[in-house]
Amino acid sequence: MDFGFSLAPSSAVNLDTVDLSRYNRLVRLEPDARICMACGSCSATCTAGPFSGMSVRKVLLGLQRGQDAQVNRMLSACMLCGKCTMVCPRGINTRNLILNLCRIAADGSVSKGEGRL
Amino acid sequence: MIYQGKQKIWSDYQKEIPSDHWFYVRSCIRQSFFPGSEKWFLGICRDMLGKDIHETEHHTTCGGIAYHCDVIPQLTAMTIVARQFALMTEAGYKNLVASCITSFGNYTETLETWREFPELEARVREALWKSCRREFEKPEYVAHASDLIYKFRGEIAEKAKFRLVDHRTGEPLRVVEHIGCHYSKMFPHKGVGGAEYPCVLSGMAESWGGRIIDYPERRHCCGFGFRQYLVKANRGYSMSNTHKKFESMEPYHPDMIITNCPGCPYFLDRWQYVISEQTGKTYGQNGYGIPVLTYEELAGLVLGIDPWDLGLQIHQVAVEPLLDKLGIAYDPAKKYLGLNEKDIMKPGLPTVLRCC
Repeated sequence: MDFGFSLAPSSAVNLDTVDLSRYNRLVRLEPDARICMACGSCSATCTAGPFSGMSVRKVLLGLQRGQDAQVNRMLSACMLCGKCTMVCPRGINTRNLILNLCRIAADGSVSKGEGRL
Repeated sequence: MIYQGKQKIWSDYQKEIPSDHWFYVRSCIRQSFFPGSEKWFLGICRDMLGKDIHETEHHTTCGGIAYHCDVIPQLTAMTIVARQFALMTEAGYKNLVASCITSFGNYTETLETWREFPELEARVREALWKSCRREFEKPEYVAHASDLIYKFRGEIAEKAKFRLVDHRTGEPLRVVEHIGCHYSKMFPHKGVGGAEYPCVLSGMAESWGGRIIDYPERRHCCGFGFRQYLVKANRGYSMSNTHKKFESMEPYHPDMIITNCPGCPYFLDRWQYVISEQTGKTYGQNGYGIPVLTYEELAGLVLGIDPWDLGLQIHQVAVEPLLDKLGIAYDPAKKYLGLNEKDIMKPGLPTVLRCC
């Protein structure tokens, strides 16, 4: 029966069933990913952000929620300019973090020890 | 924790509720949604418990719906509220009890606004005088009608003819309580138990023999939100909230839901039909839904009032399975007979949700 409206898809994330393998692999390559405090300085300074939705903060959050599709979409918009690295109050090498993530997303060809630029 | 310390903390969450002499203001929509509730609130408080509850035919809407829909500004809403206070003052009462949660929130918000900004109170007094030559005194106490039933829960339990127990097994019924957002989420100190532990409904249900279910989305909004349901295209958002609650409570197999808001019981009741038509899923036993009652209807059932006099035939979800558990006798032939046995007509049946 058509009521003219329908249930919205749930945005709930079941953290018990999320696949964290991609996030864990990133942490092995870039351990500083763990010290992000989600302040959003990276997102605020991102040149591509206002036009593409790119946000390093959201990328890390998405990885921890298993939202790989959204993460890939955001990563594809990054220009690797490195401005986010300059403003991070925790000193995270966000540019390297993104680069490693792109490599993991490509085919997982990055192995331990090869991640650091 | 030290017991005395716990008692002291809990005392901060209590609300002073005078036991008598109240000026009653009705809801705009409850008489359409659940027509027996307000009638039986007065019946229980006045006739069965002997309390002094006064109402007047000059009372109007509190303006809450228009205010929350951004149709009127707050100053207009406050002037409407001031007029209700004037009616109360003219009737010689100092305690105001509202049937509607949004009205309760609106009255409370108005009084809090005037406390913070006395100049606004002066403007409203002037506007009220210019528009209808009325003056008012602010109420000493503002309560929601469920506060009164909560206060009288012991007296109701003493007069009870039925308890919230499955009479076939002796097990307490599993009760989901849902408290309207405007009860204590806006002004926590105005509600019994505050926003963290609102016990106005759980206190009633437990006093009458039921067992309260605690489930993950217990304090989630029902999704009523005025601006969501007014626009048809937005109703999916409203229903999704309700759906989230049902999915969360389903594993606990509730026997009933009780609420103290006009919108919550309406949507928790009616959306069960829409969800069943759209997804094929029902949440009660054997294809039925979960009956949703207002606190007055529940008090009425406990006190032995005929279910059809309480207006339970107006509910979308069939209440008969619940009545059978409680051991309450009812005449199916009289279900759709209204006042003076006038035929109010049997509605069409849903395709999925089982009804009687």
